[in-house]
Amino acid sequence: VTQLINFYPDHAHLLLSKTWSHIWVCALGLAIALVVALPLGIYLGHKHRGAWIALNVSNGFRALPSLALIAISIAVFGISLINIQIALFVLAVPPILTNAYTAVDQVDPDAVDAARGMGMREREVLLQVELPLSWPLIFAGIRTGAVFIIATAPLAALTGGGTLGDIIVNQPTYHMSGVIAATILVVVLAFAADGLLALAQRAVTPEGLALPKEIHSIVPPTEQVEIAA
Amino acid sequence: VSAVLLAQGGPVIPHFGEADKCVRTNGTFCWHWFVDNFGTRFWPRVVEHIELTLIAVGIGFVVAFALALIAFRYPRFEMPFANVTALFYTIPSIAFFQIMVPVTGINRLTIEIGLVSYTLLVMFRNTLTGLRGVPPEALDAAQGMGLTRRQTLLRVELPLATPAIIAGVRVATVTTVSLATIAAFITPLGLGAPIFNAIQTGANTDFFAAGALAIILALLADLIIVLAQRLISPWMRARSRAT
Repeated sequence: VTQLINFYPDHAHLLLSKTWSHIWVCALGLAIALVVALPLGIYLGHKHRGAWIALNVSNGFRALPSLALIAISIAVFGISLINIQIALFVLAVPPILTNAYTAVDQVDPDAVDAARGMGMREREVLLQVELPLSWPLIFAGIRTGAVFIIATAPLAALTGGGTLGDIIVNQPTYHMSGVIAATILVVVLAFAADGLLALAQRAVTPEGLALPKEIHSIVPPTEQVEIAA
Repeated sequence: VSAVLLAQGGPVIPHFGEADKCVRTNGTFCWHWFVDNFGTRFWPRVVEHIELTLIAVGIGFVVAFALALIAFRYPRFEMPFANVTALFYTIPSIAFFQIMVPVTGINRLTIEIGLVSYTLLVMFRNTLTGLRGVPPEALDAAQGMGLTRRQTLLRVELPLATPAIIAGVRVATVTTVSLATIAAFITPLGLGAPIFNAIQTGANTDFFAAGALAIILALLADLIIVLAQRLISPWMRARSRAT
């Protein structure tokens, strides 16, 4: 335990730089997943179409093993930043896509009818009615995706490195104290990201709309997928 | 033989022939080499991978199911258990396996403990959600028919919760297939072994073949469970056709 506590001041510079690069790798991965999955999920949900696409892409991606994706991408592209980003993308898309689709698809039809009745255009219906009512569930999906990404990013150490994984997979150099110290940082990062996104979730949730009941945000959303399938 | 060759002035170093061009240039995927080495190099790893997965999901299911039944009967146990198991999702598995080594040693047990830990949450949560999602009308009918609490659980609640329970098994299984590749970081078992080996040697065919086999295994497992789900709960299909 003393070794573990001493590891932080002794390797402060190393830990700081690895944490920083960890955050960047994760932020990039989450950004790519968001750019692809969020518009797709929202669009399909708005049109109440393509449940088949949303659910099968999610289920298929969820089945793909991260390390296998990394291995194949090394064989194809060589060692680069692409390897880990492919794995992180595949990991984050299912919760984001599923939740975005489900959220917009299940907005109370009466509210949408009322909006149309008030003469709102299609765009206004989406931006002013459907999305505000969907944000809580959409953010729940983003939180899950972010946690998955942060916990899996250490695998980047196997393909050129640049995350806290560099310390975690190098037990011969940093000993068990280093492994545990870096792991604790990963866990802290995961909870910090989850907490920050929870604040954002609360901020965008309209007053009078209760947050979705959930045991824990980190839990991957599954039962909705299955019942719909 | 070499003595004879030496006496005849023949080559001392035996000539084994040359590897084909693909292997020499470390091509992305050398099909011939893969076929030649499949039996010795990859198939045993596939079998190990299936064993690791089946054992982990089996044990994980028994534990998660039991805990879900307890939490269903006594709701106060739900939050502590859900929170502890949720914590696993924030711990990188590659670190978790290493941290377990000083406790349980470098062996299969360590790997299975890690794999089981990561399966618990999904199956626990889905079983509990399934049991709670039973329609009140069904429970009223059961009560009206004079079923005891135990009979209600076995004949009404569990059958109706089956789709949700199997959905949990499905996610737990593909997750385990994925994490079992990472477990090879500790001890060379399963399809992760050729991948970690290739990280040392740089052999692209190892990367590609082991990665592809792991993906095929995961998708097959997923498919088998979906089919099993349809067989076990045919009323779900009927309902979705009706709506």
